Amino acid sequence: MTRADNKRTWIIAVPVLALLLWSVVYPNVAVIVGSFENGLGHWREFMSSPADREALTTSIVISLASVVASVLIGVPLAFLLSRFEFPGRRILKAVATLPAALPPLVGVIAFLFLYGESGLVTRAVQRLFGMPEAPWRLTGVWAIIFVHAYTMYVYVFLFVSAGLDRFDTTLDEAASGLGASSWHRLRRVTLPLLTPALAGSMLLVFMTSLGSFSAPYVFGGGIRVLSTQIVASKLNGSMGLAYVETTVLALSAVAGLLLFRWLEGKRKYTSSGKGAATRIILGSQRARMIAAVLSILTVVILILPHLMVVLVSFARDGRWTTQVLPPEYTFDNYRRLVTEAALWKPIMNSVWMSLIATAANVVVCFVAAYLIVMRKFAGRRLLEILTALPWAIPATAIALGLAATFNRNDLLSARVLLVGTFWILPLAYFIRNIPLVSTAVESSLRQMDASLEDAARGLGASWWLTMRRVILPAARPGLIAGALLAAVTAVGEFVASVVLYTHANRPISLEILAQLRALAFGTAAAYSVLLILLVLGMTLTARSFEERIA
Amino acid sequence: MSAGSLALERITRRFGEHTAVDDISLHVPAGRLLALIGASGSGKTTTLRIAAGYETPDSGRVLLDGNDITALPPQKRGFGMVFQHYALFPHMSVGQNVAFGLEARGIGRPQRRQKAQNALAAVGLESAIDRSIQSLSGGEQQRVALARALVIEPEVLLMDEPLSNLDPTLRQSTRDELRAMLHRVGVPALFVTHDQEDAFAIADMIALIRKGKLLQTGTAEDLYDRPASLGVATFIGRSTIVPAEDIGDRVGVTIGGVRRELAATRPDGMKGKITSPLVVLRPDALEIVSDDPQAWKGEVINRRFTGGSAVYRVKTADNVELEVASSRMDLREGDSAGVGVIREPVPVVSKE
Repeated sequence: MTRADNKRTWIIAVPVLALLLWSVVYPNVAVIVGSFENGLGHWREFMSSPADREALTTSIVISLASVVASVLIGVPLAFLLSRFEFPGRRILKAVATLPAALPPLVGVIAFLFLYGESGLVTRAVQRLFGMPEAPWRLTGVWAIIFVHAYTMYVYVFLFVSAGLDRFDTTLDEAASGLGASSWHRLRRVTLPLLTPALAGSMLLVFMTSLGSFSAPYVFGGGIRVLSTQIVASKLNGSMGLAYVETTVLALSAVAGLLLFRWLEGKRKYTSSGKGAATRIILGSQRARMIAAVLSILTVVILILPHLMVVLVSFARDGRWTTQVLPPEYTFDNYRRLVTEAALWKPIMNSVWMSLIATAANVVVCFVAAYLIVMRKFAGRRLLEILTALPWAIPATAIALGLAATFNRNDLLSARVLLVGTFWILPLAYFIRNIPLVSTAVESSLRQMDASLEDAARGLGASWWLTMRRVILPAARPGLIAGALLAAVTAVGEFVASVVLYTHANRPISLEILAQLRALAFGTAAAYSVLLILLVLGMTLTARSFEERIA
Repeated sequence: MSAGSLALERITRRFGEHTAVDDISLHVPAGRLLALIGASGSGKTTTLRIAAGYETPDSGRVLLDGNDITALPPQKRGFGMVFQHYALFPHMSVGQNVAFGLEARGIGRPQRRQKAQNALAAVGLESAIDRSIQSLSGGEQQRVALARALVIEPEVLLMDEPLSNLDPTLRQSTRDELRAMLHRVGVPALFVTHDQEDAFAIADMIALIRKGKLLQTGTAEDLYDRPASLGVATFIGRSTIVPAEDIGDRVGVTIGGVRRELAATRPDGMKGKITSPLVVLRPDALEIVSDDPQAWKGEVINRRFTGGSAVYRVKTADNVELEVASSRMDLREGDSAGVGVIREPVPVVSKE
C-alpha cells in the first residue's frame, strides 16, 4: 500500500471510529460510571435488594433453559429434515423457520390469544373436558421458556442445518469404514464437527433471551427479570439503581459470550464438503404414516400463532370475552388503522424511524466493512470489535445507556439532548443493527477477489471510480440484504423502544401494547398482521439477495 | 493378518437409467495389487465403493475368501480405505485419527496410542502424532490416511485415487513407497486411478473399465502388448493405429504405398480371420531409419525432446501420422524421414 493510500484510509477511518466510539462505547461507559456515582452506594442497594437478586438468577436460569429447550427442538429437527426423506418433509421444512417471522411482541400476544387464560386452545380444552376453570395459566418462568423455545429454536435449527449441509459426508464414510457404529460416528465425528455451529446458535439464543423483554413483561406475573427491573427502576426515577442493573445485565451477557466461545473452542474447520448426504428414505408403511401425522401436527403447531393473529385481527374489539372463538368479525380494525390519525401515526413513526436508521446503517457499515475487509491499518482490529459490540450488549442496556448519555446538551462531554425527541429511537435502532449490516457487507466483499481493486487501479482508474465501479457493485448484494433485515428488525423493535419512546414517536410495538392493555385485541392483532406482512416481505426479498451472494 | 482374497462376481449397479457398473467381475489374491483404471465417469469409483460396502450392487456378489459379504455394512467389513481427499477428521490430532478405528473396536487408550505410533512410524511420521491435521502437507496427509487404514490390520485395502492430490515429484517417490508397503502388508489391495503411469508403477494387475464395462484385466505388459480391443489399445499408451490385412500369423500394412509384412499378436482367444483388422504401432516399436528400402517415407511435422530420446511425428504422403520414439536427435521439423519397425510382433485388434 502506498503512502497516499494510507493517508486516505485514515481520513475515512477516523470519522467512522469516532462515530462508533461515541454511539456504541460512550453510552455504556456512562452507565458503568453512573453506577458508581455515589461510590458503592447503588451497588449496595442492588446487593441488598431481594427483588434484584431474584431477577439476576431468574434471568440467567430462563436464558440457560431457553438454550436447552431450543437445542432439544432445533437439533433433532435439523437432523430429521436434512438426513431423512418422509411424507410431509417439504412442508415441514417450509414452515420450520416461520416463528422467526414473528416480531418479539407479536409472538407473545399470539401465544396469549392461543394459550392464555382466555385463549383459544385453553378454552377449547376447558370446554371439552367440562372443567370449571382454565386447565393452566400462561404465567411465570415456564410460560416465558415456552414462548422463547418457540421463537428461538429457529436459530439452532438454521445454524445446525447449515452445518449439516456443509458437512463432508466422506468423513462419515471413513468412520464407518474404520468400524465405527452409527452412535460412535454421531458422538465422535458428526457432533464435534457441528460444535461451532451449535455453539454459535446457543450463544444467539442466550443473548436474545437474556435481553428478552416482551415475554417476561406480558407473562411474567410476579416474576422479575433484569430487563423488566431496569425499566421499573427507570420509571421510578432511581437511575443509579438502573445503572447497576444494566451493568449486571451486560456482565451476564459477557459471561455468556465467554462461556459459549469457550464451548466453540478453536474448532474452525474448512471443510471440503462434497455435497449433502443422500437422505435415508423411511421404508416401512407404518413409519411413513407416523412421520406424516407428526409432520402435519408440527406444522399446525408452528403456524397456529400466525393464523390466530390473523383471525383475531378480524374480531370486533371488546366482543371476545368468554367464547372459544371470537363471535363477531369485521374489517373495521384495518379500516381504522388507516383512517384514524391516532392509529395511523405509530405506523408512520415506525416506518420513518426504521428508514432513517437503516440509511445510516448502510452508509456507516459499508465504510466500516470496506475498511475491515480491504484495508490493512492499525485501527482495523478496533473497528472489528466496535462493529460487533452492540450484538453482545442486550438491547435494554443499549437503551439505558442512550438514556443516560443523551439527556442534555453539553459540548464539553460530547453530549446532545436526544432523550424525549424523535431522534433517540432511530439512533437506538441504528446501533442495534450495526453488527447485522456490517457482517452482511463484509461477507459480500470477502467474495470479491482482493486483487480486483489493484487491477482497477493498475488500469488507471481513480480511487473514486474504483469505489463506484468495482467495490460498490461487489458489496451490493450484502448491502441490500443487510439493509432489508435491518429495516425489518427496526420496524418491529420493542425492547429498546419501551425504554426510550415518547408519545409523539411511539412505534407500532408500543401501540400494540397499549391496545392490548385497553383490551382492544382486534386492533392489536391488526397491527401485528401488518408487521408480520412487512417482515415476511422484506425477509423474502433479503433472502433472494443473499442467495445471489452464495 | 489373514491372507484372503477379494472377488467381485458379476456386479451390476444402476443409477436410474444410467448403468454405472455393468457385469464386472474381478479377483484380487492376497498380497496382490489390482489397479482399476478408466476415464472419469467410467464406473471405477462405484466399483470400489461396492467393494467397500458404501454402495449395494443391484446384482452380483462381493466375496471375501469365498464368503458372500455383499450385504455386510462397511463398519463390519474390516477393510481399510484411503479416500481421494483422505477424509481425515479435522477436529482430531494425527494420532487420534490413526487410532480412531482402534477406538471403534474398543481398544484401550494406551494400547491405541502405541499402535498408532507404530503405524505412523511405518509411514515415517512418528513425530507428527500430536500435530493437527491442518498443519500437514498434502503428502503427509496421504501417509496419515494410509496409516489410519493399515493400523486396523485390514482384510483388504482399498484406495480411491491415492496419488491424485500429490505434486509430480512427490508422486514419483510415493509410488515406490506405496508399492513396497503394500507388498509388505500382504492383503488384497484394490485402487482406483485415472493415471496409467500410477497404475503401471504400483499395480501387479490392471483392470481397464470403460462405460461400466470391464475391457481387459492383466499385467501392464498384457494391456500394452496384447490389447484385447481397440478401446484398450487407444487408452493404454500411445500408438498409431492403421488398417491392416490379416494373413494368419502375420499382417500386411501398407502406408504411403509401401507394404510391409509384420509378425502379429492377436487378442487372447480370438481365433480365425479378423474381419476389419487394425495394427497398433507403438512409438517404441518404430525407429527412424535411413537405409531400409521398406521404410515408410514421410516428413517430420513435430519433434518433442524427452531426455534420452526424441519423439517425432512423421506424416506420410497418404496423411498417416506415425509417432516414433527415436534415439536420433538430429532431425528437425520439415526434414524428410524413413520409419522402420524394430520390435515385433505388433498387436492387432478388431475395428469396433
